[in-house]
Amino acid sequence: MADSTAPAIELKGISKAFGPVQANKDISIRVMPGTIHGIIGENGAGKSTLMSILFGFYKADAGEIWINGTRTEIPDSQTAIRAGIGMVFQHFKLVENFTVLENIILGAEDGAFLRPSLAKARKLLKQLSDEYALDVDPDAKIEDLSVGYQQRVEILKALYRKADILILDEPTGVLTPAEADHLFRILEGLKTEGKTIILITHKLREIMETTDTVSVMRRGQMTATVKTTDTSPEELAELMVGRKVLLRVDKAPAQPGKVVCKVDNLRVVDGLGVERVKGISFEVRAGEVLGIAGVAGNGQSELLEVLGGMREATGRVEIDGDPIDLTGRLSDGRTRRKRGIAHVPEDRQREGLIMDYHAWENTAFGYHDDPSYQRGFLMDNNALRQNTEAQIEKFDIRPPDCWQTAKNFSGGNQQKIVVAREIERNPDLLLVGQPTRGVDIGAIEFIHKQIIALRDAGKAVLLVSVELEEILSLSDRIAVMFDGRIMGERLPDETNEAELGLLMAGITDTAEAKPELELQEAR
Amino acid sequence: MDFLTLLQVLDSTVRLATPLLLACLAGLFSERAGIFDIGLEGKMLAAAFFSAAVAYVTGSVWIGLLAGVTASLAFSVIHGVASITFRGNQLISGVALNFLAAGLTVLIAQTWFNQGGRTPSLTGNARFEPITLPFAETLQNVPIFGPIYYELISGHSILVYVAALAVPATWYILFRTRFGLRLRAVGENPAAVDTAGVSVVGLRFAAVMICGVLCGLAGAYLATSLSAGFVKDMTAGRGYIALAALIFAKWRPWYALMACLLFGFLEAIANRFQNIEVIGFVIPVQFMQALPYILTVVILAGFVGKAIPPRAGGEPYVKER
Repeated sequence: MADSTAPAIELKGISKAFGPVQANKDISIRVMPGTIHGIIGENGAGKSTLMSILFGFYKADAGEIWINGTRTEIPDSQTAIRAGIGMVFQHFKLVENFTVLENIILGAEDGAFLRPSLAKARKLLKQLSDEYALDVDPDAKIEDLSVGYQQRVEILKALYRKADILILDEPTGVLTPAEADHLFRILEGLKTEGKTIILITHKLREIMETTDTVSVMRRGQMTATVKTTDTSPEELAELMVGRKVLLRVDKAPAQPGKVVCKVDNLRVVDGLGVERVKGISFEVRAGEVLGIAGVAGNGQSELLEVLGGMREATGRVEIDGDPIDLTGRLSDGRTRRKRGIAHVPEDRQREGLIMDYHAWENTAFGYHDDPSYQRGFLMDNNALRQNTEAQIEKFDIRPPDCWQTAKNFSGGNQQKIVVAREIERNPDLLLVGQPTRGVDIGAIEFIHKQIIALRDAGKAVLLVSVELEEILSLSDRIAVMFDGRIMGERLPDETNEAELGLLMAGITDTAEAKPELELQEAR
Repeated sequence: MDFLTLLQVLDSTVRLATPLLLACLAGLFSERAGIFDIGLEGKMLAAAFFSAAVAYVTGSVWIGLLAGVTASLAFSVIHGVASITFRGNQLISGVALNFLAAGLTVLIAQTWFNQGGRTPSLTGNARFEPITLPFAETLQNVPIFGPIYYELISGHSILVYVAALAVPATWYILFRTRFGLRLRAVGENPAAVDTAGVSVVGLRFAAVMICGVLCGLAGAYLATSLSAGFVKDMTAGRGYIALAALIFAKWRPWYALMACLLFGFLEAIANRFQNIEVIGFVIPVQFMQALPYILTVVILAGFVGKAIPPRAGGEPYVKER
């Protein structure tokens, strides 16, 4: 049967090179109107480049773009917007101290004066909000909104510009599970209204749950386009990475030994006088992974920072039975490392690496005073570089070049540099924050394996992650934090995402809340 | 201090605040668009010299004004090309322009007029004369209001009134027009402007050009209205004080007016009371003259509180991949 409708977007043979790097190579794709089309691929596979070409940021070296059956040249964003393409970037393009309304009209004002534009936008916004269940306070300032709402503003911005084709780049990277679910309901609604949606992600679950068709990209090429119902996460993962990938972490039962880290009644007050951690206590034993689950901003970051020596606190923390200093006077990353604590911080780009430094310089941080790196008064940079080469080899860091600056590595490889640095020191306690945030699937698998290997070597691991899946698959015990407190501890085999989700929302009485939960699921 | 002395000090405040205000608003446009401009001083100086020189040669203050503004605009173009087009460091570009203006004005003045780096005194049509507002003289004898109107409000050069009107105009442009919305956005998050399909470079250049025009007015006012001719380094740090006022005003036009009046007032006080005796001590003239600058430091250090500059300020915009 011949298709009577033209594809909303058709790309024919798109190629784009940045110098010697072929970011996109002969890519062809057809996206039918009124569908959700997923584009999946590892970081650096060329997804973002392809979408940037579609949105007029780059000019393709070769190839054609067809929109709704007509060939279209897209030299700039303005043309893309006029062609009905709306883009929701991974990092929002919003003016933080402007109101929602001001952000929405920016660049799409009617006439030189704001008052009539704002009035018109207010009316249209109300209409759009009702139509797509996208309620946002038009007079709220962006900086006062949560990321979930900020994303809605981005979507509204696109709809206000009459976008029929909506491209979302890694939209759930910054969202809580609940916010992500809400986003997908919104996207379903938009689809029903006849909008075409392109969802770029590296999360298999999102692809499986929301898309109609999915295209897989690997190393700049489109390796497959399939109907989502005809494929499986395993198959997609293989297509993405180019080899079989273990989605579940394969691990033996834990063999917990002595208590390595004992935290007692820990309290943290931040610079604004707000108590972020409200008296928490727990233990981490040798040979186990304690996972701390929770929505971002419930005190987990502060906890990691205290243990890592970056923040002051009150209470008591013992390592191997001896207390460590919490006052800030004797506590810093260096003294913590001397006590056998290694730290993979949550934000690798701000705390884990110096982005403008070479890889080999980055591997020295925290360990630069190691005797093996010294040569008289000078540092033995050759020894350092040799060590880095060894880590690059062992952790399969690509490109294998210790002279690359950190910012030129992909997210996954940046994280591997940090993980390698910390794990290779054979710490007694490893603190890991969001080990796989923004990391591609191949690297996730690798990093998870390394964490488990450290555990199996009889070391203690404290894992903080907002990814429930990760917590569930890595942890031997799970503690859930909400509002600075630990709401409860669970064993991964005896709990599920739903129960943990309730704890994360601060509902401790999960037995009583269960009926309600089932009700929600039934809906 | 009697009423008339007070009025005279305030009158002097208005005159001295005018160049500060024009420069401050100039900086406001530029910095709101994300281009820091430490070169206000240099632009004013260049404008002061060229307005005075051309006014002297042509005998027309208006042609002088035009020349001053043109000179200032030329400096703006250099600053724009360096910091917007070539994404250079905005502070370095600004400092370089200040040096350039300081040296170039004196050098040209010396070769042109041979008077030790100054222009000849301006007289007649080569200067802005005070304007007497309607009814000022008739109302002069009305108690309280009369003197205020006659002494304080009337009798300034046209540029003073232009500066005063520039405040509401700036406010209106920034907060009530499309151009203003985009200009503020480009200083906060140029990526948002870029993805909305508006030219970041175009907006920033527009802002820098407005800055040039206002600095030109400020410089011309100094040389052809406040004084009668150009002398070496006649801006005397006013460009920097205007920047201080801008921070004090938190990049807002009405606050800028208040801040500039305050700094103008300090200068007026210093000029008026050069030898005050306080409890038997005679305060040296030098101290009184340094006072506005000292207070600038004190005010900025102590009283501003948290002033948040435009977030993308000082950063050249590079499109990300």
